Amino acid sequence: MLRVQGLCVARGGIAVLEGVEFALEPGQALVLRGPNGCGKTTLLRTLAGLQPPLAGTISVPQDSLAYASHADGLKPMLTVTENLAFWAAVFGTGAAAVAAALDRMNLAPLAARPAQNLSAGQKRRLGLARMLLTGRPVWALDEPTVSLDAASVRLFADMVRAHLHGGGAAVIATHIDLGLSEATVLDLAPFRARAPDQGGRRDAFDEAFA
Amino acid sequence: MGALLIRDLRLAIRAGGGFGLGLGFFLILCVLIPLGVGPEAGRLASIAPGILWVGALLACLLSLDRIFALDWDDGSLDLLATAPLPLEAVVAMKALAHWIVTGLPLVIAAPVLGVLLHLPGGAQGWLVVSLAVGTPALSMIGAFGAALTVGLRRGGLLLSLLVLPLYVPTLIFGAEIVRRGADGMAPATPLLLLAGITLGSVALLPFAAAAALRINLR
Repeated sequence: MLRVQGLCVARGGIAVLEGVEFALEPGQALVLRGPNGCGKTTLLRTLAGLQPPLAGTISVPQDSLAYASHADGLKPMLTVTENLAFWAAVFGTGAAAVAAALDRMNLAPLAARPAQNLSAGQKRRLGLARMLLTGRPVWALDEPTVSLDAASVRLFADMVRAHLHGGGAAVIATHIDLGLSEATVLDLAPFRARAPDQGGRRDAFDEAFA
Repeated sequence: MGALLIRDLRLAIRAGGGFGLGLGFFLILCVLIPLGVGPEAGRLASIAPGILWVGALLACLLSLDRIFALDWDDGSLDLLATAPLPLEAVVAMKALAHWIVTGLPLVIAAPVLGVLLHLPGGAQGWLVVSLAVGTPALSMIGAFGAALTVGLRRGGLLLSLLVLPLYVPTLIFGAEIVRRGADGMAPATPLLLLAGITLGSVALLPFAAAAALRINLR
């Protein structure tokens, strides 16, 4: 479903990870671990297609990956329902999916509230509820549990588990234990790239502007 | 695509969305010019076409940096780029939303403001036509500039410097249409050239802007 071979990713034109290899089958989750700045976000952005890899291949069926970044992409002036309805329309999943996502992330009581009046944890839950509307099998989640309380983390873990049982897969960068028995942990520290002055790679595109 | 247009229009209308910012600026400019230049009808009438078009152009420029900056700040641009919508369509829809929020009100308000500047009666219709044909180009070129500068802190200055030279042909032909209308000459030639600029920008710039966004998102 998702196969990564010899992947080298760069941030700001300098390679941060090299030789990353993993494969995900339906029903599997991969938890990315590693110290701050080791390249978890960069790896996820590369998987999502927001930036090209320096080297290596990512094979994933077209339009099958949904990405959730650090930022939730919420519009503060729109209500909770309007925010979700927009993404449902973009991904073509419909109004019934919005209601289901609201229930799933326990947001139904807040449905008519403008997003700017939500707490940080509620905003995060709303951002994660968007994943349910993408209808895509592979989720790439970047630090999904930031500012969530223990109950919401369980809610989120249940959501991911249901997604996996439905034949989906997920790549999750997180520092906490989600209690997902299906998940394998990939420590990124061994894949750290060499610095450019020690023979590490550089991105030719950014080098042109350096 | 429709959902994105509706979302952007809804955001513009709600508090803090900036709806009416361009129109307000245009209004203030056209009210202040007669006070500054003096109320002499002949002098005002001769500068009115230029003033009205410069005003429309600056009013448009005022809100350009918002086209992508807000979506960049809250992360929705990343999410839109990974959504099933092609980025070219995102750019086109955002430019269209910008035109509806900024350009269209100018087209509608222009006849009233033309009277304020003693624009001759024969030119009123041509003012509306020229703005209706020309302002879509302003929004589209502006969206391209905004895509180039997205992610830069305080990129507004750079955006203006990049976009203003590209606005010059639109300004020259737009004002020329109104001037010819005021002098009773046939405005067909500048009108066709202006329409050509608009159609060319709408056809080509979404692709250029989407390419610029892809690079800025890396």
